[in-house]
Amino acid sequence: MTRPTGPLSGGSHRLAALFLTPALLLVVVFLVYPTAYSLVRSMFDARGDEFVGVENYVTAFTDDRTLVALRNSVIWVLVAPSLVTTIGLVLAVVTERIRWATAFRLVMFMPLAISLVASGIIFRLVYEEDPDRGLVNAVAVSVHDVFSPASPYQGARPREGGGLVVGPDGALETAPVGAQGAVGLPITGFDPVELPAQAASAVLPEPGAGLRGLVWLDVGGTPDRTGEVDAGERGVPGIAVEVWEAGRVVATATTGDDGRFTVPDLTGGPYTIRLAAANFAEPFRGLTWLGPVLVTPVVIAAWLWIMTGFAMTLIVAGLASIPRDALEAARVDGATEWQVFRRVTVPLLSPVLLVVFVTLVINVLKVFDLVFVIAPGSVQEEANVLALQVWQVSFGAGGGDQGLGSALAVLLFLLVLPAVVFNIRRFRGDRS
Amino acid sequence: MTVPRRSVAARVVARLGGPVVRVGLVAVALFWMLPVLGLLVASLRPEANNVRSGWWTVVTAPAQLTLANYAGLLADRTVMGSLWNTVLIAVPSTVLVVVVGAFAAYALAWIEFPGRDVVTIGVVALLVVPVQVALVPVAKLLGGIGLYGSIPGLVAFHVAFGMPFAVFLLRNSFVGIPRDLLEAARLDGGRELRIFWRLVLPISRPAVAALATFQFLWVWNDLLVALVFADEASAPITVALRSQLRQFGSNVDVLASGAFLSMIVPLVVFFAFQRAFVQGVLAGSTK
Repeated sequence: MTRPTGPLSGGSHRLAALFLTPALLLVVVFLVYPTAYSLVRSMFDARGDEFVGVENYVTAFTDDRTLVALRNSVIWVLVAPSLVTTIGLVLAVVTERIRWATAFRLVMFMPLAISLVASGIIFRLVYEEDPDRGLVNAVAVSVHDVFSPASPYQGARPREGGGLVVGPDGALETAPVGAQGAVGLPITGFDPVELPAQAASAVLPEPGAGLRGLVWLDVGGTPDRTGEVDAGERGVPGIAVEVWEAGRVVATATTGDDGRFTVPDLTGGPYTIRLAAANFAEPFRGLTWLGPVLVTPVVIAAWLWIMTGFAMTLIVAGLASIPRDALEAARVDGATEWQVFRRVTVPLLSPVLLVVFVTLVINVLKVFDLVFVIAPGSVQEEANVLALQVWQVSFGAGGGDQGLGSALAVLLFLLVLPAVVFNIRRFRGDRS
Repeated sequence: MTVPRRSVAARVVARLGGPVVRVGLVAVALFWMLPVLGLLVASLRPEANNVRSGWWTVVTAPAQLTLANYAGLLADRTVMGSLWNTVLIAVPSTVLVVVVGAFAAYALAWIEFPGRDVVTIGVVALLVVPVQVALVPVAKLLGGIGLYGSIPGLVAFHVAFGMPFAVFLLRNSFVGIPRDLLEAARLDGGRELRIFWRLVLPISRPAVAALATFQFLWVWNDLLVALVFADEASAPITVALRSQLRQFGSNVDVLASGAFLSMIVPLVVFFAFQRAFVQGVLAGSTK
């Protein structure tokens, strides 16, 4: 403690005691004693009756559910803080010379005012799986449909005995056929009302030059002859037809309104005709964001939404303290903006970036509410993190193991402990 | 550097940089606001619409907007009760943290006594004790004295966990007060309490404001502590919202409007005390 702040002429030990007692009482009762208690408690069994030594700690590293939580915490620490620091840095530098930077930073900082529960609800809505309700999937589906429009013939399958079979990749294929023929390709499995209005009556083309064929909807019913073109049956327009020979596509065609297609310049054979699976694909409905696979990235993205403004603001404060001369000198020397950024700004900022990074790591280790709220109950186990697992084990449904819970809490404490050193250093540094 | 100075590409980037960057930033800002906007719009739509279609359909059918969800919420005793509980927890926690913390910080800054440095470092070091460590023991403790599930119990916990940060922030601020100023006040015969109240606190207003906004929002937004220590009667809005989450999908009207209701106070505090809030969050970020 370098800076002398006392003694003043007034002030007594009694007064100091009077001023300090309430605060010290509170921290001793609610922080110091509980920490000590948890340390001891972590060495007793679930009910607290029996001393088990380090068994709870062994369990922490062998129990499947806890291991998932630990693994996810590691993913969080590895991914989230560096991502947020980087984005914060870029935004801080980019907004430096923008006039409305204050307004921009205000917007970015706003999520920090909102409770994590409310943020969680916000993102539950955003990532809702039904593309009619969830924004992300709605966007994903519209983008997807621009590039590959949904098929109107979902669920189509070959008519049994009609010459088509389902290939290994879901495409419908014929047995090898020769040119100069007319091939009938009956399909079924979807409602005739799904056929577009312009679909015309199906008529098998006359054999002639090249390869000719007809794709039609072979409806069932009493007058129906399976695999034969009946009166009233209509062609299927717009089907992409591939003609294969010896393992590669030699020609393609698209069926017309009457379901017919012609590949004029083919001779010989044999050829395989394939109707690719994409013709009958289910429509793209977006991704299951809140499923077991994607839930952790999704929660990390929500955290990113919250913390980027924080990182940016701290870095902006750091930028303000960089000597302008250093930047100007580099610019005068002909360095590009990128070089200035890379070789002058970032090195000069590195102490600030470290502070931001360490702070974010601590924050990440304590993430609880976000996972708890965003991950639906069914995937909470997959999304679990250490801070949440402490609660789950001690208080959650089917939990109540306060021995293991205490051990996990102590573990969490040990993980954030390096920050104590860091904080005190900063604290002392501030004063000298 | 091997890169040719001011390559063509670099010049193009530099030329285009301004407008492109600006458009990009506007896009980022809109992108950042979109989720909140979605929540707001969803909270203003009837549940039947929320089930059927996305909130963005409001662009083509603005007539569907209604305040009915909020009317329903205001009539809902559980929700309004939990919101009131949040106030009852957050306001005393904030006031007490400032008062108790300020007294302690003053003693640590300006009254000489043996072991002062040790106490100071000790209190500040407690900044990183995670809330999780205290859950089990404090639940037992509060149970023992009959405060488990009560608002005073929650307040005491929040004040205690706010204390290291309060002492850290306020002491740093108090130490910066010119020594002569305090000496002069003492020579004038000012009582210690009077000096503290009339001189030290007003000078440190920015720090006090930062602490108060940070603590207030921290407690207002807390879920974990309330989840463990509150019972049904003392549960704050965060707990009430979280228990609604189980039926997610069929109750977006309640969830969205409830979430937005819970956000109004924090957003007002945020926009009204931007500077204090930013200072508080930046200083208290390790909590």
